[in-house]
Amino acid sequence: MLPALALFTFVVLVPSGRGVYYAFTDWDGLDPDFAFVGLRNFTDMLGDEDALQAIWHTVLIAVAITIIQNGIGLLLALGVNSLIKTRNVLRVLLFAPAVVTPIVTAYLWRNLLGPDGAVNAVLGPWGRDWLGDPDLALWMIVVVVVWQFAGYSMVIFLAGLQSIPREIYEAAAIDGTGPVRRFWSIVRPLLAPAITINLMLSIIGGIKLFDQVYALTGGGPGHATDTISTLIYKDAFTLGEFGYSIALAVVLTIIVAIASGAQYTVLNRNEKAAS
Amino acid sequence: MNRYTKRTFALEMLMIAVGIVFAFPVYVLVNLAVRPPSDTSSPISPTTSPTFANFTGAWREAGLGGALINSVLVTVVSVAIVLAVSALAAYPLARSTARWSRTTFLVIMLGLILPFQLASLPLYQTVRDLGLLGSVWSLVLFYSGLQVPFTTFLYVGFLRALPRDFEEAASIDGASPFTMFRYVVLPMLKPITVTALVLNAVAVWNDFFTPLLYLSGSDQQTVPVAVAGFVGQFVSDWNLIFAALLISIIPVLAVYLALQRSIINGFAGGLKG
Repeated sequence: MLPALALFTFVVLVPSGRGVYYAFTDWDGLDPDFAFVGLRNFTDMLGDEDALQAIWHTVLIAVAITIIQNGIGLLLALGVNSLIKTRNVLRVLLFAPAVVTPIVTAYLWRNLLGPDGAVNAVLGPWGRDWLGDPDLALWMIVVVVVWQFAGYSMVIFLAGLQSIPREIYEAAAIDGTGPVRRFWSIVRPLLAPAITINLMLSIIGGIKLFDQVYALTGGGPGHATDTISTLIYKDAFTLGEFGYSIALAVVLTIIVAIASGAQYTVLNRNEKAAS
Repeated sequence: MNRYTKRTFALEMLMIAVGIVFAFPVYVLVNLAVRPPSDTSSPISPTTSPTFANFTGAWREAGLGGALINSVLVTVVSVAIVLAVSALAAYPLARSTARWSRTTFLVIMLGLILPFQLASLPLYQTVRDLGLLGSVWSLVLFYSGLQVPFTTFLYVGFLRALPRDFEEAASIDGASPFTMFRYVVLPMLKPITVTALVLNAVAVWNDFFTPLLYLSGSDQQTVPVAVAGFVGQFVSDWNLIFAALLISIIPVLAVYLALQRSIINGFAGGLKG
């Protein structure tokens, strides 16, 4: 047990603790002389339009990804859990994007969504400058993440669906229960563990999102798609404001903690109620 | 409901259409990667005179050979360390009911919530002081610690659901704790180890943020940072970029197709624990 504890302490626990401390300083990352500035980094943040925007984008992206990815993931799972002949091929195909490096798929999409890209070639006159339009760019990030990870949600839902005994389902069908009612009253409660896991994964992944934003828009146009993670990177490594950057990381940590705590409480209650 | 009806056929057509939409980006990726830069026709029309020149160019310019070796090295070593230390730690954590055991477990689980952004900046300083900046070993060190909470969580969950009968029998037969772990517990851990292996390997292989911090500006690169650097360098030479992207995807997809069952089950199953 000691090696695991030592590695974890050295790599996660101590640096995180130091991070929290640096959040209250004006450290620039290099200078050994730095001052304790109390809450100044956090009060600065309240007056920093870019930071407030980034926090809002982060929450918006996380919520949008969670809803859309899981909605599509569930529909795909129901589709490939049927008797269709291509179900095995489709499972492998639809899950494949989830194992590919996100930065690589994001660069692929940057071209696809570009002014002369394949998406506009398909849409013809309905084409847009998807990533250059501040009103659209944020949603394109959501689209790319959903394309990549809907298959991930699908396999978790699928595992949940396959753990439901067929007899229960057939009994309900014989009793004359319609498909919608069957889904809502039988499948949904039994899927509760899969729902919990999927929501947890997508919301936390959405909050921490960095790679896709970095590759697709770099936070632009302007600051239209900056998230907390991209701002942490820019503040620390292009502006040398480590103290402020880590204060943002502390905010990120708090948001993740609130989201996990809330989800755990709500879904745990639902899961208990369902069983 | 067990028959293939007209409605099943309609569903089949719909799902195939969805599959085509999902696969469409990959078609464009391949289509443009084999296209000479002089060909400026629509990105969706099939390339008429395919060429391999982009691949040789991208391979030479992007340093993908070295990056692939580094990525394999970092992934194999980090994942081996994480699995070994986490499995060893999980055993006493799952079996002992002492207070220190429960406290330690909670502290390690704290790591599931802490985002890596919080630790990665202070650790940047430590890595620099150790002289590991620009070395792939900084990544091995980082992942070996970073992945411990999640992996330990998987093992503890699995072990708690595992009956103790075998261990009790071995203990009556006088087996030492080490013998017990090695010959009784370890073989039973195989399913969860496959899951942990798959999830950790994918996470480590695909990580971009950490190598971006610790390796930037050095000649040691992993695949994600090599690709990003290459895109930055050849901004609008998309045929070349697409060839580089495709080269970086092929090993991942090859492993995925070869081990699809274990990988999909790994992703779906690790979460039951």
